[in-house]
Amino acid sequence: MNFLLEIGVEEIPDWMIVPALVHLRDGFANLLATNRLKGQVHWADATCRRLVIMAEGLPTGQKDSIEILNGPPKSAGEGAAQGFARKSGITFEDLEVTSTPKGEYYTYRRKLVGRPTLEILDEALPGLILGIPWPKTMYWSDKGSSRFIRPIRWVTAILGATTLRFNVAGVDATNTTSGHRRFGKPSIRVAIKHYEIKLRDNHVLVHAADRRKKIEDGIAALLEGKDLTLKADEKLLDTLTYLTEWPTPILGSFDPSYLTLPEEVLVTVMRHHQKYFSVSKPDGTLAPHFIAVMNIPSDPDGFVVAGNERVLRARFNDARFFWDADQKRKLEDRVESLASVTFHAKLGNYLEKTHRVWKLVEQLGGDEHAQRAALLAKCDLTTDMVKEFTDLQGIVGGLYARAQGESAYTAEAIYEHYKPLNMEDSVPSSHGGLILSLADKLDTLRECFRVGMAPKGSSDPFALRRAAQGVVKVLVEGNITTPLNTLLGGDAALEEFFADRIRYYFREIRGYKYDEVNAVLAAGKDSLPDVAERLAAIQAVRPTPDFEPLAASFKRIRNILEQASFTAGTFDPALLEDGPERDLYQAASALQLGAGYTTDLERIASLRPAVDLFFDKVLVNAPDANVRMNRLALLYSILTRSSAIADFSEIVTS
Amino acid sequence: MKKYWSDRGCIITEPYDLEVGAGTMCPETFLRVLGPKPYRVAYVQPSRRPADGRYGENPNRLYKHQQLQVILKPTPADVIDQYLGSLEAIGIDLTKHDIKFEEDNWESPTLGAWGVGWQVMLDGLEITQFTYFQQCGGIDLELCPAELTYGLERLAAFLQGVESVYEIEWTKDVKYAAVRLTDELQMSVYNFEMADVPTLWELFGLHEKECQRLIDAWPKYEEKHRFPVLGAYEQVLKCSNLFNLLDSRGAISVTERVGVIGRVRKLAVGTAQLWVEQQQ
Repeated sequence: MNFLLEIGVEEIPDWMIVPALVHLRDGFANLLATNRLKGQVHWADATCRRLVIMAEGLPTGQKDSIEILNGPPKSAGEGAAQGFARKSGITFEDLEVTSTPKGEYYTYRRKLVGRPTLEILDEALPGLILGIPWPKTMYWSDKGSSRFIRPIRWVTAILGATTLRFNVAGVDATNTTSGHRRFGKPSIRVAIKHYEIKLRDNHVLVHAADRRKKIEDGIAALLEGKDLTLKADEKLLDTLTYLTEWPTPILGSFDPSYLTLPEEVLVTVMRHHQKYFSVSKPDGTLAPHFIAVMNIPSDPDGFVVAGNERVLRARFNDARFFWDADQKRKLEDRVESLASVTFHAKLGNYLEKTHRVWKLVEQLGGDEHAQRAALLAKCDLTTDMVKEFTDLQGIVGGLYARAQGESAYTAEAIYEHYKPLNMEDSVPSSHGGLILSLADKLDTLRECFRVGMAPKGSSDPFALRRAAQGVVKVLVEGNITTPLNTLLGGDAALEEFFADRIRYYFREIRGYKYDEVNAVLAAGKDSLPDVAERLAAIQAVRPTPDFEPLAASFKRIRNILEQASFTAGTFDPALLEDGPERDLYQAASALQLGAGYTTDLERIASLRPAVDLFFDKVLVNAPDANVRMNRLALLYSILTRSSAIADFSEIVTS
Repeated sequence: MKKYWSDRGCIITEPYDLEVGAGTMCPETFLRVLGPKPYRVAYVQPSRRPADGRYGENPNRLYKHQQLQVILKPTPADVIDQYLGSLEAIGIDLTKHDIKFEEDNWESPTLGAWGVGWQVMLDGLEITQFTYFQQCGGIDLELCPAELTYGLERLAAFLQGVESVYEIEWTKDVKYAAVRLTDELQMSVYNFEMADVPTLWELFGLHEKECQRLIDAWPKYEEKHRFPVLGAYEQVLKCSNLFNLLDSRGAISVTERVGVIGRVRKLAVGTAQLWVEQQQ
């Protein structure tokens, strides 16, 4: 049988919908499994007003089963058996004697009659629904009543052709759903097979993929034949997909005179405040148009376009007002005001932070432009523009710096210093931007660790992991070779924290294998760009046939040296035995390194036949102590010379 | 709109006669949402936000705007339908306009109040704050009320299709600017430039003291039903407005802010508790 569950809810915040749906889908699958019911979820989907599961293959009920209760051994006598029967709510006559390898026991075969699926679902669904975890819940009736993300207003639940009978949060399950708020009927009787069509007839596209496609196709149609290109924005598309039930895009315009405002500001107003897509001209610059997405089928009189245009005009006017007002006080005149902007209650204000970052930039070798940028970087926090559009911090500072005659280097560094915002974002493109970004993040990390605000478990309220990963990314991709630990202020906890972030970056972001990362880091991690280069070499050479066997041999060498507690010793070529031992020595001596990591690794790998033969034919543990020490010294020198790129003993060989 | 909500069982009252930052702060909302008694009320409330003043130069921002505040306690199950009906009642055809409910959770730290809900967007314009109250004066509410706060200037500008609130036709031949522009200009000058900071602090202290004196007098007061909880609450409102004024004068540093908010909150919470006790 098929099963349909639709939870009708007042508008759920768009960003919470997908995680809730995943929980509901998995929870339902789990509910079937724990109740020994066959069947699976066919699909799960949602709009802002409904969470839906469609399942298939459900049986009418559980199969009957038998549970065996084990009682006392027969040798314990009838008295014990009667006690067992009483306790189990049965009589002595119900018991039988079963032979087991351990002897004869009284047992009882309890027949379990399978329960109807309907009954199981009626019982379990309220808990499943109310158990969906939300970031913030509410009650909508009296104190202590059910909580959910927003009020539940209807529940549609049908198994085959039967309507379920449960009640959740004061709402009875029915076989009716509800259409679009203005273009659908409020109460629609549905059967499972017509569910999606009925909703479509009532202006609800229940599948997110259908809504997304309707938006994309609609935009394509609006732009067809015009010299305009959509500025793709997947996140906004997601938001609009889950903010609507029947999305329809419209194209609006604004006065080109607003284009004198920076594009970043215009796009932010459209994107964050109005949820509009931006559009660009053939030359890539912003076009005086926008695309909004309505939750109704059409705008025949142009009211919606006109309304959105009017709102955007007001917003742009605000932005222009802020821009003009902010220019009355230059960034450099705002530095002292940073004393009244709190960085963090425990960490003082932004003026103090500015001074620390300024010093760090100097230590990192920032030139006068970078130092100037450090001084001005946080001043935009006092501007009206950033108070209004907080996402534009840094960017606004950079734009203002340029408008106020700061050097292009300084302006660029300020503009970019929050980058990378995440691991997908690029690092700053200018040297000043790199150094300022580094100094800003390092300062935050050092200060937070200093006062004991290191992240614990999954709690990381100051996004310190992201900041540290940003530092690693900037060092590697910005090719800054300064040893990381010299930048951490000697804080052991912070060094350990960074060790994890470095591993995370190379494994999860760059995709290197964990043993490669371990091998390379074990051979040194002062310069992170160098680590990256050595990793690339290992990855390139690893598939060659000699590499892994040689790594295995190196591991053997390491073990031998450790067992012999060998740390240093003099080597005398005269003590070499002709044959494999001298051959290995000669091969190792002939090794010319320093030709680049990949070539070096290939050359080291070419030692493999000589090493193999050595271990095959030569006894390291020779009876003569001098010969033994000499052989250990030979192996030691080969291992040491070859381990500058990576510690091969960390490589896991198959 | 008043007629519409009156038809749906709301008491219609006139604006509260003290300066408030929002309709929520009027006793008709702040105190009435407490306790187990159902209540429905709608009223227009001029709301002062000193820091939002723009000397009458910004077409959309006002120091003082008018809100229509509706409280439905308990929340009816069809509250959103009733709300949409109210928009249609003032002539907005929702088959020709785009309505969206976007997440927006309301919180007032000075009142110890919060709720969850949406900002309602009409063709991209925020016209209403829709909140399911959860807590007020630090007290979990017995019955969850729905609070609808309409921005009347915005709705009027929308209905008349004008670009600036000052262009709204208040009545025939009289624009909004003729009635309100002088207030906006003069009060912006006062709030941003001329309000005397030491005097404001002194007033703040006096009202705070008076409120606390009343709260402290409660335990020993014999005839509880006569006790002026409302008088104490008016002192809270005075403090709240003075806080906003000091804020717009730039007299409260970011670090001080939390502390001052805490002082107002303490009074609001104290008064709310007295009200609940008195109602029992």
